[in-house]
Amino acid sequence: MDLLNALVALLNFVIVPATAYGAQLALGALGVTLIYGILRFSNFAHGDTMAFGTMVTILFTWWFQSMGISFGPLPTALLALPFGILGCMALVLVTDRMVYRFYREQKAKPVILVIVSMGVMFVMNGLVRFIIGPDDQRFGDGERFIISARDFKAMTGLREGLAIKTSQGLTVVVAVIAVALLFWFLNRTRTGKSMRAYSDNEDLALLSGINPERVVMYTWLIVAALATVAGTLYGLDKSFKPFVYFQLLLPIFAAAIVGGLGNPLGAIAGGFVIAFSEVTITYAWKKIARYLLPDHLDPDGLVQLLSTDYKFAVSFVILLIVLLFRPTGLFKGKSV
Amino acid sequence: MSNPYQDDRGNKDASVTNPKPSGGFKAAPGTGHPEHNADAFLIGDNMTGGYGKGADILHSCTIAVNKGEIAVIVGPNGAGKSTGMKAVFGMLNLREGSVRLDGEDITSLTPQDRVAKGMGFVPQTSNIFTSMTVEENLEMGAFLRRDDISETMEQVYTLFPILKDKRRQAAGELSGGQRQQVAVGRALMTQPKVLMLDEPTAGVSPIVMDELFDRIIEVARTGISILMVEQNARQALEIADKGYVLVQGRNAYTDTGRALLEDPDVRKSFLGG
Amino acid sequence: MNETVKNTGLFALVGTLIVLTGVLQGWNAALTILNMGLISAIMAIGVNLQWGFAGLFNVGVMGFVALGGLGAVLVSMDPVNDAWAAGGMGIVLALLLGAATVVAAVMAHRKLPAGRARGLIVAAILVGGFFAYRAVFDPAVQSVEAVNPALEGYLGGLGLPVLLAWPAGGLLAAGAAWLIGKTALGLRSDYLAIATLGIAEIIIAVLKNEDWLARGVKNVIGLPRPVPYEIDLQNDPGFVTRAAELGFDPVTASTLYVKTGYALLFLAVLLLVLTMAQLALRSPWGRMMRAIRDNEVAARAMGKDVTRRHLQIFVLGSAVCGIAGAMMTTLDSQLTPGTYNPLRFTFLVWVMVIVGGSGNNFGAVLGGMLIWFLWVQVEPLGALLMDVITLPMADDSPLKAHLIDSVAHMRLLTMGVVMLLMLRFSPRGLIPEK
Repeated sequence: MDLLNALVALLNFVIVPATAYGAQLALGALGVTLIYGILRFSNFAHGDTMAFGTMVTILFTWWFQSMGISFGPLPTALLALPFGILGCMALVLVTDRMVYRFYREQKAKPVILVIVSMGVMFVMNGLVRFIIGPDDQRFGDGERFIISARDFKAMTGLREGLAIKTSQGLTVVVAVIAVALLFWFLNRTRTGKSMRAYSDNEDLALLSGINPERVVMYTWLIVAALATVAGTLYGLDKSFKPFVYFQLLLPIFAAAIVGGLGNPLGAIAGGFVIAFSEVTITYAWKKIARYLLPDHLDPDGLVQLLSTDYKFAVSFVILLIVLLFRPTGLFKGKSV
Repeated sequence: MSNPYQDDRGNKDASVTNPKPSGGFKAAPGTGHPEHNADAFLIGDNMTGGYGKGADILHSCTIAVNKGEIAVIVGPNGAGKSTGMKAVFGMLNLREGSVRLDGEDITSLTPQDRVAKGMGFVPQTSNIFTSMTVEENLEMGAFLRRDDISETMEQVYTLFPILKDKRRQAAGELSGGQRQQVAVGRALMTQPKVLMLDEPTAGVSPIVMDELFDRIIEVARTGISILMVEQNARQALEIADKGYVLVQGRNAYTDTGRALLEDPDVRKSFLGG
Repeated sequence: MNETVKNTGLFALVGTLIVLTGVLQGWNAALTILNMGLISAIMAIGVNLQWGFAGLFNVGVMGFVALGGLGAVLVSMDPVNDAWAAGGMGIVLALLLGAATVVAAVMAHRKLPAGRARGLIVAAILVGGFFAYRAVFDPAVQSVEAVNPALEGYLGGLGLPVLLAWPAGGLLAAGAAWLIGKTALGLRSDYLAIATLGIAEIIIAVLKNEDWLARGVKNVIGLPRPVPYEIDLQNDPGFVTRAAELGFDPVTASTLYVKTGYALLFLAVLLLVLTMAQLALRSPWGRMMRAIRDNEVAARAMGKDVTRRHLQIFVLGSAVCGIAGAMMTTLDSQLTPGTYNPLRFTFLVWVMVIVGGSGNNFGAVLGGMLIWFLWVQVEPLGALLMDVITLPMADDSPLKAHLIDSVAHMRLLTMGVVMLLMLRFSPRGLIPEK
């Protein structure tokens, strides 16, 4: 029984939250890795792109809510999501047209584009704060739980409860669909293959008649969609705050690099590696230890390896270890 | 002063910038004063020019190929062989001269536009998509086509049977000779009228080289003109209808392949006696 | 127009802007801008050394600035003797233990033959060391933090004059930079950007959470000052008479006096740093740095140790940022870890360098002063703009209220637009590299 209780506690406090967080990071890292593979730079504005897409989704959610439209037990935000994606797509396309395209024509070096993306980051960050303000926004509605801790206890008779939030379940389902669609697109469609070709060998792609501007446009569209989905899921699961989204940049970069920059499969793996290590290392294991150890060995402390505030440190150390032993990331960083 | 947008201050930070080279193609500006000295299916007529604003590498150089023929450019290292071919393909800034395909002046077209006009190009290096399968490489070669490509793909597989067996494998995993076959196959997928090959046998074994030359002759027999740069001058001239010996960016000798092989000067200077 | 005239004109423009602020908004405001402007200029020199002269991409400026601030606390605050008695030695021991663990692990990794056994031994050393460290560290920290938690609860500093804290802050930042640089530049390829981005967040997390070190988010306040206190000046009859002779009331005069004092000190440091940076870059060492930047392959072929040079300039630039950080904490008289934000302390400094002119120290100084001026003044200007825009709207219009409320966020937007315009139309910056 104790073993079962420990297992349930582990599921409840570590595995379920880390899976949801990992899926959110993976979606974010996919966007970064696509830009890196095709536009050849790391986009510092990615966190703010996520924030913008989420903001549009939130505004539509509020509008729907005010009109009394709801999605039954699911959050209304899911209905608003397509509009958020469209808004975000419009933003990145306008940005590309007004900012990045010029540098492509100049054949600018990638590091110049990195600096340019810092400027874009400032603008997007300012824009989001200007429109929705810097404060925390909650926009989740519908059923809060798929299984609540109380129901689970009643169902199983265990002392430990297992709660799965709707947002967590939704995150995993939506992430799986998004990733499946992305991989189908990249591996099965003519446009997707042309994106991979362009990322693999730009000159040869041009010689094959692939139009770089179209490849870039599709990339931005996909990135906008991924960023909005990632941002909205993160916002539903936790809450929306522009500054937090900006700070997600570090774990997202870490995930993309751990997986191998430019490799979509790596981005997904990296997201989960980072999420699981963050959650495991900053979780207080006291509860689980109490079930597993004999009574007289019960720990006095929280058995927490590091305080939650050090979660950045965890992503960073994982990153360093991976780079020391596998300089190109877990999955060799190569083409999209 | 250099272009400030291209000044990366020596930064090589792999965590923010992709080290993979980005494309270097720019639209050829054209020369503005067409010249017309000779006729051929594809002709780079009296070309003078160099890379960007740099010094001229080619000096009044003429390269031409007729329908269904094989023309070979040979010459010592640094003679401008590859440069001459790139000039024909629009990757060079020409200051004088013209390039014409089937009578049409294409001097100011970008390399991509020349592909659309029916020119296929196989670069010397990085000439395949290493992370994609053989079949995907061929599909990408046919990117511009909207019709059914399966017939052309079957022709490529007939030409290079080994590729059919390996069609689901990543092209980067193949041997050097097989990679060259993929590269040529990719270029053939556009159904070009002219196929341009930049040292197709560089780095492959002599047996593979002979095999490749046989295939190239087969391609020429289907009516596709072939323009190729070769290090292995003797073998290349043997299959050439026309040979160009370039020295320091100028036409030194031009004749049929056979005649050049028999020319004592050419033999002494370039074919090692 | 020749270059000297243009550059002097640009500096004169910044001077004029600050004087104008003095006339329109009061000299107090003008001096406040000037002081932070001078500090920003020093930060910008630090980043310019790294990016402008070596192409190193440091996006962790915030961390080095914060370490400088920590340096100021550790040098200038009085030691808290009770806390030292309660657990000081325990903490020192724990830190030594931690360091020993890392050293042992590295040694084991180097000395033992590669294989599964080595991995296990290194892991065992690390895990064992970590638990030993926590076993000593946790109780010591608890007892230190229990000492008078409302005011102290930390170990305090060395009680030395605060001016010493500035070089000390620089040293602290340099030490951290050496560690990061050694790791990130030593990898097979260069991973400096992500490393600095991460380490900056970690430094801030440490400052926020390790209360025994610098009171965490409870902030250390009341740092000693290198200049007199306003209240002392106001109580000094000599000062009051002199102020009256110049036509100032004593309160205004005292604040102006203090701020001018800071300004002079900062100016002295700025000139010192600027001179040293200029001299260093004209020396053979500086020429070599630029040679490496412009053609690393050739420099390597000539036998130059590129990684070593990169490490040197990275440490130097970070030290300069650390000095600026210590100066800022001294100016504020307090260390407030909660206020460090990468947008303000990392990316804004980048805007300064880009706008000023990458690769030119005078450009960095100009960019630092100018961008800081804009950063401060965008808000009142934005408010003015919004007032004009919203004039035709009804007073109770929610849009009007929203627009006026949002003025505070104009800053980031403006900085982004300034940076993008500069990158596009004048990518070399206001004072380009020669």
